[in-house]
Amino acid sequence: MKPALFDYLRPDDEEEVLEALAEAGDDARLLAGGQTLMPMLNMRLVEPAVLIDISRLPGRAEIEDNGNFIEVGETVTQASLESWPTLAERTPLLAQALPLLGHVQTRSRGTVCGSIAFADPSAELPLCLATLGGEVVLRSRSGTRTLPAAEFQTGMLSTACREDEMVAAVRFPTAEPGAGYAFTEFARRHGDFAVVAIAAIARANGIRIGVGGVAEQPVVRDWPLLAGSALDDALNALAWSLDAADDVHASARYRRELVRRLGKQTVAAALEARL
Amino acid sequence: MKRLDRESRHRVALTLNGREANGWAEPRMLLSDFLRHELGATGTHVGCEHGVCGACTVRLDGAPVRACLTLAVQADGRRVDTVEGLASNGELNDLQKAFRRHHALQCGFCTAGILMSLDAWLESNPAPDEGEVRALLSGHLCRCTGYTGIVAAALDAAEARRREDGP
Ligand SMILES: Cc1cc2nc3c(=O)[nH]c(=O)nc-3n(C[C@@H](O)[C@H](O)[C@H](O)COP(=O)(O)OP(=O)(O)OC[C@H]3O[C@@H](n4cnc5c(N)ncnc54)[C@H](O)[C@@H]3O)c2cc1C
Ligand code: FES
Ligand code: FES
Repeated sequence: MKPALFDYLRPDDEEEVLEALAEAGDDARLLAGGQTLMPMLNMRLVEPAVLIDISRLPGRAEIEDNGNFIEVGETVTQASLESWPTLAERTPLLAQALPLLGHVQTRSRGTVCGSIAFADPSAELPLCLATLGGEVVLRSRSGTRTLPAAEFQTGMLSTACREDEMVAAVRFPTAEPGAGYAFTEFARRHGDFAVVAIAAIARANGIRIGVGGVAEQPVVRDWPLLAGSALDDALNALAWSLDAADDVHASARYRRELVRRLGKQTVAAALEARL
Repeated sequence: MKRLDRESRHRVALTLNGREANGWAEPRMLLSDFLRHELGATGTHVGCEHGVCGACTVRLDGAPVRACLTLAVQADGRRVDTVEGLASNGELNDLQKAFRRHHALQCGFCTAGILMSLDAWLESNPAPDEGEVRALLSGHLCRCTGYTGIVAAALDAAEARRREDGP
């Protein structure tokens, strides 16, 4: 199918984007990489009156290493973050997750900020951001505010981003010395959305685990250094707490089993990755 | 700020396979339709129009992208390469020849997109293994071949290019 009619705006800087957003309100949509929005337009799931193309906004394609976190600007594509030279060293979790996000041919245009803004419950990047405890920088004509990941994503496909705001940058905390990071997911084919995805961080005194694809948004838990049957029990309790539902991709029971098994594998891999 | 009105058709000028080309597009026109209907470049195929099948894959400023998830107006002033640009002087390129040798196509519907993906990807991944080729092919659906021939052709072409490059 083809999109319905819309006006197309291509602002030259961020100020113009914010102006256009403020003017058009909920009639407008930002077009970033288009890898989610274009299918929705083609299927006429959405029919915005105005499309504001930010995909090539000058000066916003930067990845900045600020020591404690890396800051990713709104036009940085998933492919350019994936090929950022120090990614594996600075944010090993992202280095493991990005190759699983869609395909080479969608990562070439899909953006990091677009994925965070869309907040799909099965998406890899929101899970990484939640597990790492990152932040989202929001900007509107009335100013800039920074929210922790847990306050930004409010549910399935819903966030604290107002209609007149845009996600201007995302901040991913960098690797802590001595910690190990692991990301695993199960999908029907490589590149499909995950049925269940797990992120884990192993520190000297504890484990953090994040689960995507089951609840309406990523769920993060902190545990002491559990092992053996104590870990199994914790994973089992976690699996039941997520209110898994049956859908065309998998049954609730199957999802719970994936949480238990992938959870165990991922925690083991994170412990192994500790220096 | 560029503003393109929804009802009007706008001039889109791009470099298609090294030559200047132009046509008219409403803002909502997809690059895949612009190539096929405005420029007559029907080598690029359209399967699903939601980014899943990969048939429409072209190179935009060198990168492999879905033409069905790109607006024609977004390609204005940029370089677009399609399957029509692979052969030169009527002779198939090395990758296309490898596809022929390995029976990597039957109906050919998926082929243009796969060729364009590989064309881009082999440049930055000159020595792939089978698993990496299969991961790249996850972005394409082929209903005929079962992928084995495609994987063999890609590995073969990559190896031949490496040999040509010297040790
Ligand atoms: C075949 C295929 C497979 C995929 N597989 C996966 C997968 O496995 N995992 C996964 O996570 N994703 C997957 N995706 C989606 C992913 O590719 C998208 O890139 C991502 O979800 C959205 O990023 P985008 O830049 O393309 O955003 P767009 O599609 O341009 O926008 C998405 C939404 O976010 C809004 N938006 C975009 N940028 C901003 C911003 N800066 N501030 C505020 N709002 C904004 C838009 O208005 C729109 O509503 C897949 C897509 C395809 C086509
Ligand atoms: S037609 Fe573009 S991916 Fe299927
Ligand atoms: S050759 Fe027929 S779909 Fe691939």
